[in-house]
This record gives sequence, structure tokens and C-alpha cells, in this order.
Amino acid sequence: MELIYILIISTLAAVLSLIPVGKRFAPTVTLLGTLAVFLLSLRTALATATGGELIAVRDWLSCDSFSALILLLVAFVGLTAAIFSWGYIATTVEATDDRKIRRYYSRFNLFLLSMLAVPIFSQLALVWIAVELTTLLSVFLVSFESTPEALEAAWKYAVLTCMGASLALVGILLLCCGLSLTSQAAFTWAGLIAASPKMSPALLYTAFIFILIGFGTKAGLVPMHTWLPDAHSQAPSPICAILSGIETTAVLYCIMRLLPMFHGSAASFAGRWFVIFGLISAGMAAFLLIQAKDYKRLFAFSTVEHMGIILVAAGLGGYAAHFGAMLQIVSHAVTKSLCFFSAGATLMATGTRNIAAIRGLIRISPLAGIFLMVGGLGIAGAPPFAVFLSEFSILKAGIMNGQYLVIGLLTLFIVVAFFGIMYQINRMVFGSPDILLIDEQTLFGRSIIPERNILPLTCIIALIVTMIPVILFGIYLPEQLYQLLHHAAVSLGGM
Amino acid sequence: MGGQDLLLSFLTKLNALTGGVFLLSAFGLLAIRQMLTCLRIYVFQSLLLAISAVILGYYHASIHLFAVAALTILTKVIIIPWVLRQAVGYESYAKREISQAINIPTSLLLAVAITIFAYYIAGPLLDATGAGVFQKVNLPVGLASLLIGAYTVTVRGEAVPQLLGILAMENGAFFAGISIAPNLPLIAELAAAFYVLIIVLVVGLLAMRIHKMIAKTAVGEMIALREE
Repeated sequence: MELIYILIISTLAAVLSLIPVGKRFAPTVTLLGTLAVFLLSLRTALATATGGELIAVRDWLSCDSFSALILLLVAFVGLTAAIFSWGYIATTVEATDDRKIRRYYSRFNLFLLSMLAVPIFSQLALVWIAVELTTLLSVFLVSFESTPEALEAAWKYAVLTCMGASLALVGILLLCCGLSLTSQAAFTWAGLIAASPKMSPALLYTAFIFILIGFGTKAGLVPMHTWLPDAHSQAPSPICAILSGIETTAVLYCIMRLLPMFHGSAASFAGRWFVIFGLISAGMAAFLLIQAKDYKRLFAFSTVEHMGIILVAAGLGGYAAHFGAMLQIVSHAVTKSLCFFSAGATLMATGTRNIAAIRGLIRISPLAGIFLMVGGLGIAGAPPFAVFLSEFSILKAGIMNGQYLVIGLLTLFIVVAFFGIMYQINRMVFGSPDILLIDEQTLFGRSIIPERNILPLTCIIALIVTMIPVILFGIYLPEQLYQLLHHAAVSLGGM
Repeated sequence: MGGQDLLLSFLTKLNALTGGVFLLSAFGLLAIRQMLTCLRIYVFQSLLLAISAVILGYYHASIHLFAVAALTILTKVIIIPWVLRQAVGYESYAKREISQAINIPTSLLLAVAITIFAYYIAGPLLDATGAGVFQKVNLPVGLASLLIGAYTVTVRGEAVPQLLGILAMENGAFFAGISIAPNLPLIAELAAAFYVLIIVLVVGLLAMRIHKMIAKTAVGEMIALREE
């Protein structure tokens, strides 16, 4: 029943946010809604941590360990983004513009609803629609700030991901065809895995390539990534955290779910495609993020890099690599949302997105500086943060498999990205604080006096809540989470 | 049973004709500069999709395919053109698109190459799906329209033709889909029709905002965000 409640609560929150009663109503409803969804997701995750499946409506709504993991991450990032939105939207949107604020929260809830639906739905055709709705419901969140750049980013986002959607649709229809030729089962993930040994390889391979390219566009795989740095840098920061931290991962989840359909020698075919796409994405992104001039764009490129790393880990095959991929999904989601929250805090403190314009952030706004540094170190993969542990376990699994070339390249890209990110973040955080703003007029159309700007309390809470798992998972993994990751990795096959 | 054979051969030929014109309309969307004509071609293409769905529905005696045909006509032939005309002002439609990224004769040649490629990838799939007479037409034509649609989106610089390119891709996917997966759950078909409407609303509204902001809909000229 939890799954049905989750969907109902998000829908209700979206509708209630539109009611015009008082300034605080929409953010409160959103906050309570996401909190309830998070608690329900936690229950779902605990129920599936033993490897079972939670079924709400057979063949329609269900969750196994892997989908519960994604559900939990969506709910967690959604909750922290809702907390962060409170302070961020109150600071950046003119307080008189009630309608704009209500619309923001309503769209926020709808966007979250579509993303929660991706792991909950078990019919492939519906999963496809949920994935595409995540695009369409977030287009106006990307263009929220209504600058020409934001509109351009939103346009590219909508057009490119809709193109990807049609390609993925062909793949899904081909799978549906293959399923109906070989068995009577419903068109679900489980039904497909059961029927896949009997399906013709030509059909399975073609469907796989179409879905990999189609959904890969949305997950930001190179060379279909061109919209991603634009959209992920132009949206308001809480939305960026959701887009980068979890939306890309939720789509990657759909691609990774195809993996168990390949058996024996076919598994290496699918794995090879994963590794090739993953390496290209990680490599291109590592070199592109060196030249980023906008710190939100820097983090967006880092998302492309991490999608590549997860895909390589999934493609390497074997339980250890799959476990590494699951760990990387968790650590990336929490760390990347911390990065974008701290980027939002930096933006509120300085009013500019330009890396070159910011020096000595730690003195302008100590909190923003500290969190940006932690976020930067965390996402670059420095010990003792969560990403270090997950990247290390992937590299180790690859070496155990004897994939020296792949691991060598991946290590190179991770190191390049590390220096790229740390070089830029160091320049921003340290140094003398006198070269701050190019002009007093800032992005939000009002001037900011550095001495008097204090981060809103809710933003600080969101940053602290997000920082807990980033540090904790680097040194200690709770037993239930370990079990969840273990069963999710097993569900990918290749034992 | 002579009557049955005659009917089947007639339906096959009719479907082949529909497929041929469907492919031609994909070429039309790529090459025609007049935006209003592009919209009309899209409506015509959707009508052809509905016709093919009716033919296949009659052959398979499948109520699903008749539902697809009805939904296609309702959304793509009636609602979408109306919404698009409301969303983007008439002056944008009357206009001609002067420059494309690649000139039109070259584009058409490339589209021919894409079509050949679509037939090439459809071959092994047809062997795998048992190759009915209808699939032999619908699958390669649908794939070709899908890929030509993707190419259309990349070379056209105006908002409306780009949107029509996306919708043509959708049409192509469904043209192939009705032949290979005629028993998709009905709720998925309903949701897909609804989804196409949302695409048009969202992208149309976005085009309207862009028009308000930069006084034109030449989205191809928006290049502020890029890597140096």
C-alpha cells in the first residue's frame, strides 16, 4: 500500500500548492508531502532490503530492491530540495509574486511525482511515459528564471530529450513484440527477464541499442549530452540538485534494468556497449569540465562523468562491479545534491555564477565556502567521502576481473576530473575576498551587500542533512542499506 | 475463400500505398520551407497513420488498433493543429524559413541514405518477428520516418518545424509499432496520446515565451550556451 500512498501524497501536494492561502502554505505543504513520501519510501526500502518484492497492484505497481533503492534516493533528494527551496525561493523570487511561488511548488511536486513513478511502475510502457513526463514537467522549472539563457536551455532540454523518447519508444515496442511472440506474461520487467532466453537475439539487440541511445540522451551520455550542462546550470539550484542528483540516475536505472535480459555470451555484448558509452562519457566530461567558466556547469559536467562511471561499472559484469555501481548511484545522488545546494548558497551569497568573479568565498560567506569545499572534495572523490569508497570499489572490482585497459582509462579520467574540479573550487573558496562582483547588480535584479548576507536557516538545514550521508557512507554503511545494495546488485545478474 | 484472398491482397496493397505516402510526407517535412505547409503535411501524415491502423485493425480484428486510429485522429488531426495555431502567432506560420544548416538537395540525399539504412536494420528484425505482409511495409517505413524526423529536428532552425520533427518521429515509432506490437495495453495507448498532447502544449508554450523574449522563433540562433 505504501506505493499507492506515495503517488497519492505527491499528487495531493501538487494540487494543494496551488491554493492561494498565505505565503507559507505552498512550501509547508510541499515540505510535509516530501517528508511523508520519504518516510514511506524508507519503509518500502526496509521491506525490500531482505530481497523480497513489495507488490501494491500485481503487474502494475511494485518495487524490488533495485527500484526501492532508486525510490529512496528520489524521496531523499526530494525532501532536502524541498527544505532548500524554502529559503532559496524566498530569497530569489520577489515576495510580492505569490503566483510565481505557488506555481514553482506545484511544478516541483508534479516533477517529483513523475520521478517517483519511474521505479514504482512495473509495466515498461508506463515506465517510458513516466520517464518522458519527468522531462515535460521539469521544462518550465528549467526556464523558471525566464532569462534568454534559461529559455534556450529549456528548449534544448525539451527537444533533445523528446527525440530520445521516440527512439526509446521503438525499443520498448520491439521488446513488447518479442514478449508477445514468446510468452503470455504481462509486459513487466520480471516478465521480460523470464521470456528473454526465448526471444530472438536480433530483436533483443536492436531493442537494447534503441533504448540505450534513447534513454541515454536523457541520462546525459556523450555524445547526446549537449543539453545537460545547459539545463542543469540554468535551473534554480534546488531543481538542479534533483535533475543532476537523481533524475539522470532514475533514467540510468531503466537502462540498467535491461542487463539481466542478456544471458551467456549475449551478456558480454550488452556489457561492452555499456563500457564503451561509459568510458566515452566519463572521458569527454572529465576534459570538458576543466574549461567550465560557470560553477554550476562544472558540476553538471561532473554528472556526465559519474553517469559514465556507473555505466562502466554496470558493464564490467560480476557481482563486485555491480555492487560498486549501486554504491556509486547512492554516493553520487547524495553528493551531487550537496554540490548543487552549496552552489545555490554560493549564488545567493555572491549573485554570480562566474567562477572567475569569485575569490575568497570562505571570507564572504563562511558557510557557503565550507559547504562548497566539502561538496567539491566529495564529488571529486577525495577520501573519506562516499564517492571515494564507491569509486575505489569499482576500480578494485575491475582489476579483479582483469579489465586493465578499461580500469586504466577510467582511473585516468577520474584523476583528470579530480584536478579539474579541485582547481576551480580552490580558486573560488580561498584567496583574498576583494575581487568579488563585476557589478553591484546581480542575477536576481537586486544588489547584494556581502557584509549583510546570511544564508536562510532552511538552506543551512538542507545542506547539513545532505552532508550527513556524504560523510557517513564514506566510513560506515548501515546494515540495512548494505543488504539493499547487495540484493539490488544481485538483481542485475552476473553472479 | 477467393474473396478472402482478394480482400487480403487489396488491404496489403492499400497499406503499401499508405506506407509509401507516409514516407514521402517525412521527406516533405524535411524539405518544405513554408511553415503552414509543414503543419498540413504533419496532419496528413497522422491521417495516414490512422488509415494504416484501421487496415491492420480490420485484418487482426483488433479493437485496440481502432482505438489507436480514433485517438490519432482526435489528437493529431484535430487538437494539435488547433493548439499550435493558438500558441505561435499566425505571422510565424506565414513565414518561410530561409536558411537551414544543410541545404535542401543535400538533405534529401541524406534522407534517402537514412531510408536505405532503415531498411538495412529492419531486415534482421523482420526475420525475428515472423515477417507478416504488413510488417514488411510498416516496420522499415516507420523506422525511416523516425530517423528522418530526428534529422529534421537537427537541421531546421525554427521552433515549429523542430516540434513537427519530434512529432513525426513519434508518428514513425507508432507506424512501426502498430504492426509489431498490436496488443500493447490500452492504457499505454491512451497515455501515449495524452503524452503527445503534453509535448505540444509544453513545447508550444515554450516557443511562445521565446517569441515574447526575442521577438522571433528562430531557436537555431540561440547559441549563448556552448563550450568555447
